[in-house]
Amino acid sequence: MSDAIIIAEQLTKAYGRAIAVDHLDLAIEKGEVFGLLGPNGAGKTTTILMLLGLTEPTSGRARIAGFDPLCQPLEVKRRAGYMPDQVGFYDNLSGIANLRYTARLSGIPTGEIDSRINAAIARVGLAEVAAKAVKTYSRGMRQRLAIAEILMKQAQIAILDEPTGGLDPQATREFLELIRSLKHDGMTILLSSHLLDLVQSVCDRVALFNAGRLGLIGRVNDLLRDVLGGSHVIRLEATGHGLDEAIRAVPGVKRMTVEGGIFRIETTDDLRPDIARAVVRAGGGLISIAAGHASLEEVYTQYFEGVRDAA
Amino acid sequence: MRREGSALSGVGTVILKELADNLTSTRMRLLELLIFVTGAGAAYSTIGAVKDQIGEYPFVFLLIFTSAHEPLPSFVGFLGFLIPIVAIALGFDAVNSEFNRRTMSRILAQPIYRDALLIGKFLAGLITLAVVLSALSALWLLVLGLGILLLGLPPNTDEVLRGLAFLVAAIAYGGVWLALAMLFSVIFRSAATAALAGLAVWLLFAFFWQMLVPIVTMAVAPPDPYDPISALRTIDVGMDISRLSPNTLFSEATLAFLSPTTRSLGPVLSSQVQGSIRGAPLPLGDSLMMVWPQLTALLATVILLFVIAYVLFQRQEVRA
Repeated sequence: MSDAIIIAEQLTKAYGRAIAVDHLDLAIEKGEVFGLLGPNGAGKTTTILMLLGLTEPTSGRARIAGFDPLCQPLEVKRRAGYMPDQVGFYDNLSGIANLRYTARLSGIPTGEIDSRINAAIARVGLAEVAAKAVKTYSRGMRQRLAIAEILMKQAQIAILDEPTGGLDPQATREFLELIRSLKHDGMTILLSSHLLDLVQSVCDRVALFNAGRLGLIGRVNDLLRDVLGGSHVIRLEATGHGLDEAIRAVPGVKRMTVEGGIFRIETTDDLRPDIARAVVRAGGGLISIAAGHASLEEVYTQYFEGVRDAA
Repeated sequence: MRREGSALSGVGTVILKELADNLTSTRMRLLELLIFVTGAGAAYSTIGAVKDQIGEYPFVFLLIFTSAHEPLPSFVGFLGFLIPIVAIALGFDAVNSEFNRRTMSRILAQPIYRDALLIGKFLAGLITLAVVLSALSALWLLVLGLGILLLGLPPNTDEVLRGLAFLVAAIAYGGVWLALAMLFSVIFRSAATAALAGLAVWLLFAFFWQMLVPIVTMAVAPPDPYDPISALRTIDVGMDISRLSPNTLFSEATLAFLSPTTRSLGPVLSSQVQGSIRGAPLPLGDSLMMVWPQLTALLATVILLFVIAYVLFQRQEVRA
């Protein structure tokens, strides 16, 4: 953990008696894409605000790139770019004018402002609309403008709060591509989301959050294995009677659910040949069989159900 | 705990941005229209009144500001109404609009302190107010004063200095309303509520205060019919209560600066005027001394309101 660029130690935020974030420990390494996952109100945004020095923690401390957000917020904010949930811009100003304002606030040397803005805007693909007022922008364009702002600051760290909230699938895909390219440049990215599929596809590591507490933390695949006890899921489409028993009888099958003729089978290994054989032997009609990935969604559901049951 | 870095870094940028916003906004165009229309009315009334007094009064240029032709108010009188409106219009959505546009967290994530945003917005409002007032006064002088100038009556130094002193008092008065409007913009998340709250306070001081003062005075310090000194005390208490209103402070400052013959703002006993020359103007220094408390009070109110807004803003959660 010597390379950790974002560190939280026992970070706690209480609003009166309600505890938003409860003794959070976190270490995010340089160049990592880290996902904070959790339902709305789990304390993700509060954590982010504390890391940026925009909210004072009740107790505990944080370090961003070696600086304390509480005492050295300017140093932290110079190095970390932030894209808030539902980011807003000055609607009557153009994209460029909006960025120019934040560029001056960040203290970027006057001579460099225009070239940095143009480069950032071209990078996120907004060059054609950059001179238009932001009120004509779509949601996706605003998000990309926010990324351009982070690029313009040449921040080492990007903190994105619900980056794909309210985006359509096409815009989401483009946005994820952008995040991957930022990672490629060596930027450390912390993103929060309640959309698990998204996080699964871009994050190196994730932390599951619930009610202010950190539940699980680790690589996506490790979590899948740990929580679900096996990362293999097989989707089978077949017709015929008595298939249930036949499949269940295959050694290695742990769980199975059926929905509209589609079987979802959790196994310890890739048991596709065995299952296909079992279906055929049982006289069923095999239509398709495919290996699916267990999704983080299931980890999430299962984990938090467990937490709730324990409570 | 010590925070590193200047609280003021970024103030200049915020001021420039807000100034540009203020001066180009539709709101400003509307205010200019309002000022123009009321100004035209005041001009009409002034010309009538000034004509009668030319040659009898040494401060003709100051007269342009103060004389009125009933029922229309003088230029200064209508400024007394207009300044609060302009100031409230400039400040009522200063902070809450940043939240409503969801720009607040993005701006505060830049390497600046919150101080810079609030101070920048306040100073930009004050500069806008100063520019508007100066431009307005200059225009007024140009239009009405030119006629007098052409007659061969140049303004004297005293008149110019008094005019400037009046301008300073007017900006301080505007500052009170601007700070109040910004305070409401911190307290109320809805801009409409903040504007209404500002206008309600303005209404209270502009119209109802003078009705309330005698009622409160009579309750607090009723005059004793057998003690003539108590009547004097009642008047004093009444004036003190009246001076809780920034409007009173401003009108007294205006009176002292623009009517040089004003010798006292309170009651004067006949023993005190013995030996004085009636209608003789006071030197500017003495006029200034007379309303120094008023000016100090206006400035103190600005600072107090700003500090309250500042503290509340610092404690506010950034998340919308």
